[in-house]
Amino acid sequence: MSATAIKIDDPNVFHLEEEPHHEEGSSTMLGFWLYLMSDCLIFAMLFAVFGVVGGNYAAGPGPKELFDLELVAVNTAMLLFSSITYGFAMLAMDKNKTRQTLIWLAVTGLFGLAFLGIELYEFAHLIHEGATPQRSAFLSAFFTLVGTHGLHVTFGIIWLVTLMVQVSWKGLIPANKRRLMCLSMFWHFLDVIWIGVFTFVYLLGMVR
Amino acid sequence: MNADTLIPLIFGRLTLEALPHEPIVLATMVVVVLGGAALVGALTYFKLWGYLWKEWFTTVDHKKIGIMYMILGLIMFVRGFADAIMMRLQQAMAFGGSEGYLNAHHYDQIFTAHGVIMIFFVAMPLVTGIMNYVVPLQIGARDVSFPFLNNFSFWMTTAGAVIVMASLFVGEFARTGWLAYPPLSGIGYSPGVGVDYYIWALQIAGVGTTLSGINLIATIVKMRAPGMGMMKMPVFTWTSLCTNVLIVASFPVLTAVLALLTLDRYVGTNFFTNDFGGNPMMYVNLIWIWGHPEVYILILPLFGVFSEIASTFSGKKLFGYTSMVYATVVITILSYLVWLHHFFTMGSGASVNSFFGITTMIISIPTGAKIFNWLFTMYRGRIRFELPMMWLVAFMLTFVIGGMTGVLLAVPPADFVLHNSLFLIAHFHNVIIGGVLFGLFAAINFWWPKAFGFKLDKFWGMVSFCCWVPGFWLAFAPLYVLGLMGVTRRMRVFDDPSLQIWFVIAAIGAGVIALGIAAMFIQFAVSIINRDKLRDTTGDPWGGRTLEWATSSPPPAYNFASTPVVHDADAWWDMKKKKYQRPLSGYKAIHMPSNTGAGVIISGLCLVMGLALVWYIWWLAALSFLGVLAVSIAHTFNYKRDYYIPADEVRATEEARTRLLAGTEG
Repeated sequence: MSATAIKIDDPNVFHLEEEPHHEEGSSTMLGFWLYLMSDCLIFAMLFAVFGVVGGNYAAGPGPKELFDLELVAVNTAMLLFSSITYGFAMLAMDKNKTRQTLIWLAVTGLFGLAFLGIELYEFAHLIHEGATPQRSAFLSAFFTLVGTHGLHVTFGIIWLVTLMVQVSWKGLIPANKRRLMCLSMFWHFLDVIWIGVFTFVYLLGMVR
Repeated sequence: MNADTLIPLIFGRLTLEALPHEPIVLATMVVVVLGGAALVGALTYFKLWGYLWKEWFTTVDHKKIGIMYMILGLIMFVRGFADAIMMRLQQAMAFGGSEGYLNAHHYDQIFTAHGVIMIFFVAMPLVTGIMNYVVPLQIGARDVSFPFLNNFSFWMTTAGAVIVMASLFVGEFARTGWLAYPPLSGIGYSPGVGVDYYIWALQIAGVGTTLSGINLIATIVKMRAPGMGMMKMPVFTWTSLCTNVLIVASFPVLTAVLALLTLDRYVGTNFFTNDFGGNPMMYVNLIWIWGHPEVYILILPLFGVFSEIASTFSGKKLFGYTSMVYATVVITILSYLVWLHHFFTMGSGASVNSFFGITTMIISIPTGAKIFNWLFTMYRGRIRFELPMMWLVAFMLTFVIGGMTGVLLAVPPADFVLHNSLFLIAHFHNVIIGGVLFGLFAAINFWWPKAFGFKLDKFWGMVSFCCWVPGFWLAFAPLYVLGLMGVTRRMRVFDDPSLQIWFVIAAIGAGVIALGIAAMFIQFAVSIINRDKLRDTTGDPWGGRTLEWATSSPPPAYNFASTPVVHDADAWWDMKKKKYQRPLSGYKAIHMPSNTGAGVIISGLCLVMGLALVWYIWWLAALSFLGVLAVSIAHTFNYKRDYYIPADEVRATEEARTRLLAGTEG
């Protein structure tokens, strides 16, 4: 490395004798970050829309009549736990323990499923009470923001299962480690978004 | 279950009624179907499908993908221009009680399709194509960061274009104007398939655009040749970087707002409705938060193109490289702070309008700095008036006027008078044709020899130039006049006979532009026929300054046999100055990405899904969606995505080039 660095400084050297070693997938993390930021913008838009029309109940039910904070707190706990267990999976991956990684991934997936189950129960309950997405702009924005997050978690779980198959097939090879890193960023990203949803939609909804 | 329930279950709302009834559309369809059948027949007869599939459709080579983007853009350009000339003809005819030749249903689709096609499926593919082709070469890279994604992005853009084209023959296109404002685009006022075609075409193409933006940012940040610091990047690479930042930071907004419109139309939510708490003005805000950066996505790369051309054909280093870079970055940031000037009249109040009026005017400062930089680059330069240089001069003269009418419109009180008028139409065509299109013509003439190994014919290029520039003014100067007189846009018939002469002049201008377009295609044909006479064996036909001219024309699959080292923003000029000789031995095997058909297949499934959603064919939409998921997952199980070009093959290619170079010198 230092040898090439010296050579580059020589103004009369115009090519490298040895090919610089571009590590495979060296751009992947940056690329995935950029994707996450673009996805973050979609959520930013949905939050902004909720901010604009979130108070337009159209003489229909508002947050105080609809939200069950205890249920949402349990739900939040599920997602936060899943982030912790994903962290454990990454620690196991760093120690190259395939079996342990797989077990923690499975636990993460189960927490994810629990989160989705509770969310679907909440949605079903709301719709049953007549608080459908069509009822008011507030409910349209609520279902879209929370539902988009839920869809992301769904895809995260599909991705997680795919990766579990791939890790048990090929082991913790560099390509699989890179993929686990990407899913890790995705999973924690969804966690951060959920913190926003919990704060701005549920908690602020109860006080306004 | 009887047929009355079964048929809608299978075909959704697609019935025979969807096929064209109007003679114009019917005739077009017959021509397109016959032409398409002839093309497919010819490809089959000459057994070209295998070659196309292996060498082009599944390629991950950024150069071939770039060329495919250009072909897509040029084909769609013909369609978009056909729409334009139909509108000009209608408006020139429909006076004194005449209805013209287009009914309202058809005319409204045409002006919508014209805008959508020209922005999304002409300007975007052409700009992306140029960036795709040139940027990796300029930074001394072998390919982009994510070669498969690049192929996938192209095919998603193509799928979007196919959806728009399908709407011409099956059903209808939106009749809402190119940004489809609700409540007009809501299900209540637009119950047909038009707006749904619009939505799915843009959503599918938008995925491609966003991914290609991410790809090019990662490429420029990560793959630059050793020694190329940020301030040693060629200006075109800089403007491409800023453009792709804009893409990644604005296209998700479009995705989100179109998704909300989709929900309003398909699910019955109330985001942009007039009742139940919806807010149509929110749509206008959101779509312009994407829409204004989009304008700069289109123009910034062409500013880069003109910078390269100005310094190459003046034989001088670009004047004010650093200020050029900062001007580009400032424009990038400011482009996010001006969106509200698109709807000053919506009632935001004086303070808000003032803020956005002033930020808009401020953008003209960095843009003006660029114009002066190009002028100072030419000043005391040894100017060669080759075709790209001609387009640069035409651009500066045209674009400055378009920019100034833009500053005029940025003044809110003036905008209250001129908004929604033909003055606005003249203004943005002035900057988009005078800037983006002239820039693309300059770029095509500039880099064609790099891509194909021979120059473009100068005579027919001049014919095209001499038709385009006056043709543009003939077509759009009358619109400035009409706009000042208060004529609004998107009108189909007129009462006041005194206006007709201006529309007739504009129609003649459009005719002259048509000759310019024809001359351009003749230029391509003549150049291909005479390619041996126009051959460039040096790889550096213009006396270029940046790295793309250091390799052969066309470049080999691996771009550079050995990775270049950069010491100057004009890296190749620096090499030539110091009498650099490329290495003639010691070739090594080169690591390259392999081709894959996954991009074509996934995009094809997305196309089917889009069409199924337009026509409410739910089973097909679900099936193709599952297909997209399955193929995507299956693709991730393929771990062998690369191969090595053996050293012998590299040696053979490079030795052939050595002989070619010796032949020209001897």
